[in-house]
Amino acid sequence: MSRQELIEKLEKRAKVIRRHVIEMVGVGSAGHIGGSNSSADIITALYFYKMKHDPKNPKMEDRDRFLLSKGHAGILQYAALAESGYFPKEELKNVKKLGSMLQGHPDYLKTPGIEAGTGSLGQGLSIGLGMALGMRLDNIQRKVYVIVGDGEMAEGQIWEAAMAAANFKVDNLVAIFDRNRLQATGPIKERFDTNPVIPKWEAFGWHVIEIDGHNMEEIIVALDEADHIKGKPIMIVANTVKGKGISFAENNAAYHNGILTQEAYEQALKELED
Amino acid sequence: MSCFFQEEFPERYFEMGIAEQNMLSTAAGLSLMGKIPFVHSFAVFASGRAFDQIRQTIAIGKLNVKICGSSAGMSDFGDGATHQSVEDMAIMRAIPNMTVLCPIDAVETAKMVKAMAEHEGPVYIRLNRNAYDNVTKEEDPFEIGVPGLLKDGKDVVVFATGIMAVKALEAAKELEGKVSVKVVNVSTIKPLNEAMIVDLAKGIKAVVTAEEHSIIGGLGSAIAQALAKEEKIIEFVGMKDEFGCSAKNYAELLEHFGLTKEGIIQAIHNVIRNQ
Repeated sequence: MSRQELIEKLEKRAKVIRRHVIEMVGVGSAGHIGGSNSSADIITALYFYKMKHDPKNPKMEDRDRFLLSKGHAGILQYAALAESGYFPKEELKNVKKLGSMLQGHPDYLKTPGIEAGTGSLGQGLSIGLGMALGMRLDNIQRKVYVIVGDGEMAEGQIWEAAMAAANFKVDNLVAIFDRNRLQATGPIKERFDTNPVIPKWEAFGWHVIEIDGHNMEEIIVALDEADHIKGKPIMIVANTVKGKGISFAENNAAYHNGILTQEAYEQALKELED
Repeated sequence: MSCFFQEEFPERYFEMGIAEQNMLSTAAGLSLMGKIPFVHSFAVFASGRAFDQIRQTIAIGKLNVKICGSSAGMSDFGDGATHQSVEDMAIMRAIPNMTVLCPIDAVETAKMVKAMAEHEGPVYIRLNRNAYDNVTKEEDPFEIGVPGLLKDGKDVVVFATGIMAVKALEAAKELEGKVSVKVVNVSTIKPLNEAMIVDLAKGIKAVVTAEEHSIIGGLGSAIAQALAKEEKIIEFVGMKDEFGCSAKNYAELLEHFGLTKEGIIQAIHNVIRNQ
């Protein structure tokens, strides 16, 4: 497969994943559309290009690990897991239903392919650090990928983890910062400004790569570059658009945990058609 | 405390800095790689500062993380209310999937640590900062969830934990010939073996509980819950919904809050009188 074919294939897959997200949210009840769609291209590149994993053997020892620190975008990960084959796609219909294996936030014990429970923001990077140290102890030459949200940059534990990961020089820990510039209640710059982020991560001792988080080429180049960094944790700052792919939801905080009307639902699916 | 492990196994020791939240989540990650991490901080910080990390990832996920809270109770007598834990057992007990341990002495602590490592799932252990004589012996059996009978008796039963179990034994010995006191060391606070507690209190109406902890949510509450269907008179020795304070020595502070042999004797007299 040529590079161009690979990129096109991944882009197509990302569209399918975004469709799953919209279908899971459905009509009339709230769902995390915005933050799921801002991370959709990144998660697609991880599950369908970068990570070594086996949906038929989710606990395979020699696998890369993925953590969604911004656990509220769980529906996005469920879409990626179903597309990968961890469970049947029909299961996606049961998200958040009583007794479902697909909880409102990722649940380690209930869903195959979920590596740790997340949802209380700011904790995924620390969990990833523990996994990275565990890999080092066992000489497992794999990586831990953690998607961190923009709003959760305000959590103090993020910076504890930032210091700790640099202190332990874990170059098998790759954070991807979904910088969509919005939190639930509005623009981060206006609500609680955590900028400038890039100098902060550099000062904390991380190797920082800045990309367009919707440019598949840039995403996979950055993920590959991370393989060659030695002695430092890696932070990929991915500039993204909240709600990406659905015109009315883009850059619109109302769709952080938004409700779709029948009309909006149909329009969203139409925009995500091939 | 953790320095002994560091000396022995430097490659498996991680200094996590003064950052309890990151420490607990990092431990969660290590456990997800199949390790059995033991984390250590002051009881007040392990249970308080990192509560959310323990709850969200470790307890919901039933992860194999062992949480060691030292300087528990009043045992950090000098540092005052900020460093003395009166509510750590209550906090940990309230979290589903959590096992809560409180050893009576150093001999039992050593057995407990091994049992914790063998036990699958999250465990919290509270530890005393000060040295005192052992009351249990190497050959005494220990199993998580099984209370230990320290002394038999028929008039009153005292359920006690930690250093207060030592003091309960002293109280029972002092009352020998006057009141026959049964003393039970409840070193597993959760899961509490309710059937054994009921059995140990069988035929005795007068019950005393004793703990170096708030009487709200700790051993006393657990015992009262276990005996709720029995006809009993219960007195609770412990911190009466209050914080600790600084003192020049441990004994002075325990005395200030009535966490003494005399305090237990008083409670024994009260339950006998009221039964």
